[in-house]
Order: sequence, then C-alpha cells, then structure tokens
Amino acid sequence: MNVKATDFLIFDEESGTYIENPEQAVRDDVEKHHWLNVLKTVLKDWRLYLMLVPMIVVFLLWRYFPMYELLGSFKLTEDAKAVADQYYSGFSYFRTLLTGVGNLELSAQFWRAFRNTFLLSFYGLVFGFPVPIIIALFFNEIRSNIARSIYQVLTYLPKFMSTVVMTSLVLMLVKQGSDTSGMQPGVISQLLESLGLISTETAYAGMLNNPTFFRAIYQISGIWESAGYDSIVFFAAVIAISPTSYEAAQIDGAGKMAQMRYVVLPAILSTIVIMLITRIGSLLNIGYEKVLLLYNPNTYVTADVVSTFAQRNGIAGSLKGLASAAEMMNNIIGMLLVIGANTIAKKASDTSLY
Amino acid sequence: MKRKLEVSELIFKLISYLLLTMFAIGCLYPFIYTISSAISGYEQVRDSTIILLPKNIQFDAFRDVFNDNVFWNSYTNTLFLTFYGTIWEMMLSVFGAYALSKKRLLFRKGFNFFLVFTMWFSAGMVPQYLNYLATKRAFQGMGIMDDKWLVVIAMGMQAMNIILLRNSFENVPSEIEEAAIVDGATEMQVLWRVYLPMSKSILATVALFFGISRWNGYFWARQMISNTNEQPLQVYLRLRLEEYSDPELTTNWQMSHSYAPDSVIYALIVCSIIPILVIYPFIQKYFAKGVNMGGVKE
Repeated sequence: MNVKATDFLIFDEESGTYIENPEQAVRDDVEKHHWLNVLKTVLKDWRLYLMLVPMIVVFLLWRYFPMYELLGSFKLTEDAKAVADQYYSGFSYFRTLLTGVGNLELSAQFWRAFRNTFLLSFYGLVFGFPVPIIIALFFNEIRSNIARSIYQVLTYLPKFMSTVVMTSLVLMLVKQGSDTSGMQPGVISQLLESLGLISTETAYAGMLNNPTFFRAIYQISGIWESAGYDSIVFFAAVIAISPTSYEAAQIDGAGKMAQMRYVVLPAILSTIVIMLITRIGSLLNIGYEKVLLLYNPNTYVTADVVSTFAQRNGIAGSLKGLASAAEMMNNIIGMLLVIGANTIAKKASDTSLY
Repeated sequence: MKRKLEVSELIFKLISYLLLTMFAIGCLYPFIYTISSAISGYEQVRDSTIILLPKNIQFDAFRDVFNDNVFWNSYTNTLFLTFYGTIWEMMLSVFGAYALSKKRLLFRKGFNFFLVFTMWFSAGMVPQYLNYLATKRAFQGMGIMDDKWLVVIAMGMQAMNIILLRNSFENVPSEIEEAAIVDGATEMQVLWRVYLPMSKSILATVALFFGISRWNGYFWARQMISNTNEQPLQVYLRLRLEEYSDPELTTNWQMSHSYAPDSVIYALIVCSIIPILVIYPFIQKYFAKGVNMGGVKE
C-alpha cells in the first residue's frame, strides 16, 4: 500500500491549516484493533486451534530447536554445554572441513564422505530407479487378480523389515569365514565363489570387509528392499490406462514394443518425471542407519557418508561443532536440491508434492 | 471376441511371469533361509550347507532365546514403544491434519510451511543428539526416569504422514461437514463421526507407517536408552549380532551347544519379524490405496 502524506493530514479550508484526516483515524482504529479481530476469529474457533497446539509444540521442541543448536557449529568449545555460553569461532569449522586448514586429515575424510554420499544415491538413481517401473509393467501383464495379489504381497514384504533385520541378513549372507573354528563364508559369498566371480580369499575375508563390494551390496539390498514397494505408484498409473487404448493400438497392428512406446509410456510419463525429480531432489538425503549398520573401518573408503562421518566425530567422538558443520553444509545443499526439484515438478506437471 | 495374442505380446507376458517369479522368490528366499538356519544343526550352519530346507533339525536355539530374560524384556519394550508411540503420533497427526485441512484456519499457509520445512531441512544428527540429551535431563528433572517415554514422546513425528492425512481430509466434501454442523455437531463430533470414518484407508496406512517405524526403530533408541533393561528388540538383536560376529568365538562353542551361534541371530530375526508378518496381510489392501491417495496434491 502506498502511503501518501495526505492520508494523514488534509488542508482544512475553514481554519486555513492542516488537520488530521478523519478517514485515517478510522483506518488507524482498525489497524490498532487488527490483532483483536484476529483474536476474535481464533476464539470463535478455539477448538480448531487447540488441536494444532500439540503438533506445533512437538515440532518446535524436537525439530526446530535442534536447528537453533546448529549455532554450535559456529562456536568453539567442544563440550555439550548450552549453545549460548560458547565462544563464536565464526566459520573456522567450515574452513577446516572445506580447505583443510588446521586438520588436513579431517578435511580429506569430509570430502570423501561427501563424494560417497553423492555416489551412493547417484548409483541408486541409475540402477534402482528403473526397476520399480519395470516391475509395474510386469504386474500389468498378470490378469488374474489372485496371482497378482500374491506377487504384490511377496514383493512389498521386504520394505517392512527393519534396517537392523535387513542388514543382519546381509551381513550373515556374505559373512567371513575362519580357519580356526572352521566357519565357512556366507552362502552368497560361496555362490559367487563357485560361479568364479570372486576369489576364495575374498570370500573368506568377508565381502563387507572389502571396499570394492560395498556399493554393489548397498544397491542390491536396496533394490531388494524397496523395488516392489516403489512400484505401487507406477502400477497405479499403468492400471489406469483404458483397455480400449490397447485394443485400438492392436487393430492398428502394434506389437508389444509399439504398444509400450505409444500407449503405456505417454500414460505413465508424468508419474515417472515426478518420481525422478523427487529422487534427484533427495540425492543428498541418504539414510544413515543402513550405512552405519553395514560399514566398518575397512570399508570407510567407499562407505563413509556425511551423516556417518558426523556420527563418528560428533556423537561417538567429541568434535561436535565440526560434525554439525559438516552435516549442515550437506543438508543445506540437499534442501536447495529438494526445493529446486519441487519447483521444476510444479512447472512440469501442474502438480506439486507438498 | 477374444483376439489371439501376437507373438511379441506372448513373449512379453512370458518374460513378465518369469522375472516376477524370480524377483518374488528372491524377496521370499532370505526369510526361508533364515528360518531354516535357525533350526539347523551346528555343523550344517558352520559349513553353510543349508540352501533351502533345514538339516539336522534342532529347536535349542529358539529354546535358549526364549529362556533369556533380556530377550523378553526387549520384546516387551518394543511392544510398549510401538503401542504408545503409534497412539501418540496418531493423536497429534490426526488433530493437526484436521485443523490444517480447514480453509478457514488463519495462517494456514504459515502452519503448512512450518511442517514442510522440516522435510526439506533437518538440523542433522549431532544437534538432534544434543537436543535429545537435554530432553532426557529435563524428563529426569520432572521425575520421568524411564527413557522409553523419551523415545515415545520426542522421536518419530513425521511431517509427510501429517500431509498425507491432511490431503485426504481435504477431499471430504464440505457439504457433509456443514450438514453435520447444522444438526448441531461439535468440532470433535465432526472429526470423529464424519472425517475419520470417511478416511479409513489413509488412517490405516498412516498408522501402519507409524507402527512399523516404531517397531523397527533402532538408532535413537540405542543412543538414548542407557538402561539395558529398557532396550527394544532391534537394539538387542544388533548387540547380539555384534557379539557373535567374531568368528573365533565359535572355537569352543560346540562343546556346550548343539547349534551354531549364527542360529541365535536367525532365531532372533524370526522373532522380530513374526508380528509384522501376521499383521501385514490384513493391512496390505488398505495401504496400497492409501499410498496412492494422499501422495500427490493437485
């Protein structure tokens, strides 16, 4: 609103001087009582606002208050004292992490973790993203409802296992062998060994003690865990295609590949685009639990991600400020990616995710 | 008239069945392997000769797990966390989502942003850890010594689930609500009698999400619950795994046991997933619907 001088004062011709604008007095009055009006509205609907209170309090206390504690990454002391009592170190932790001033070793570890974070999700995108789409197309081929339900129940199942159960299974299936107790390596290691894909020494040393295999094991177990479940969204798009579209294509002489190209793909493209953009948006938000449960010092080279770096140094270790600084940088870039992805998704398809 | 399948269609159908069957077997196999290994004898597990079916069957691993008080403690703790955690989260989320779904709510955009922002940006592990530690001290100051309540109350609210609920509540036609209000229903009655019955599948889905993530919760429970008697099952399972992952442990093991140490882990895995396997088929029909319904907002 543009405020002009005449809003407040007008020239009174009778007395020949400027006097207060009476209209403005009313406006002021409304303005002054604005909050009262708000309060009235809130009071009228007080039950509705009361319902919001517990949720807001929980989010404030345990989601937003930690963000205030992020100030710790600008502060110098390394104990868990109240954030407000500490000395500011400015950006020195950030400088150490990024450029290695003061501690080259930590900086190298940070960059390694950052690279691993990106690579783990990037490979997940490349190898993991197409699988649910293909599974959804396959589900569509099964005409019997009972058979399809059985397949769906089975393939969704791994998603409901805990990370601890899943990683325990993985660890057991590729576990190391031992000569003294006669323990043989895990059953998957033995299978790969008999196929000639890995050597006996590798199988005995344990595949998860070997940085070469970490990424592959991470991705394959990830696909096993969530490909079936992730296909739900795509299957909903495929099943929505009207059977007449297929019939029309068949009459025109389209084979299966042509039907895929001209009937199915256009129908599910928008879903694919949205899911792809979401995946790209969350490239840096990698679940730390799974890495934490699968990795060990032998595999840090390929397995250590930013959040596990922060866990080791900040929770198990005592470099709290430095560890928060590392995660903060990761999460800010991650947030920009998510916001960017959501904006693009909105533009591309008139739908937004939130 | 039924049309004959063209060759390419037939081939694709065959490939679909083949690959899906393989994938479904792959999803199921680890569980069968787990059960078989839990009840197989020492030598078979040691030599990794179990492929599918159990060999030299024993139930001593299960018996010893069941005779362990710490196991039952952890099982009860997980039931406790899941039960109260799900109720707590559902209560907050349903009330919050209901209020947010109302167009007449003042600062509605602001509240929505308040939620969504937590999905974009999280403070990270270390500040959260310090925050939970401070909460723990505050709880103890109030006389709540049991860390389980800390886990129930402070952890696990997920903005995504609230948004799923909100989107679903927004789809309830406002005429029905108006009719109920004309009939003299209060806000609570509208929520209880109109909204909840009309959103059954999304409620089941969200409750399932909350319940599963509670049942499966590990990291923060391990960090925050200091008393061994209060630890949930997942933490107990992981601790046993770490204890038994040392292959040298098994050198003198055979003297006193008829089963391999691995069988204990497998038996624990079985115990930990059985409740999910029992509940899952009943809820499955709701939740595929729920996932599709609330996800994308027009």
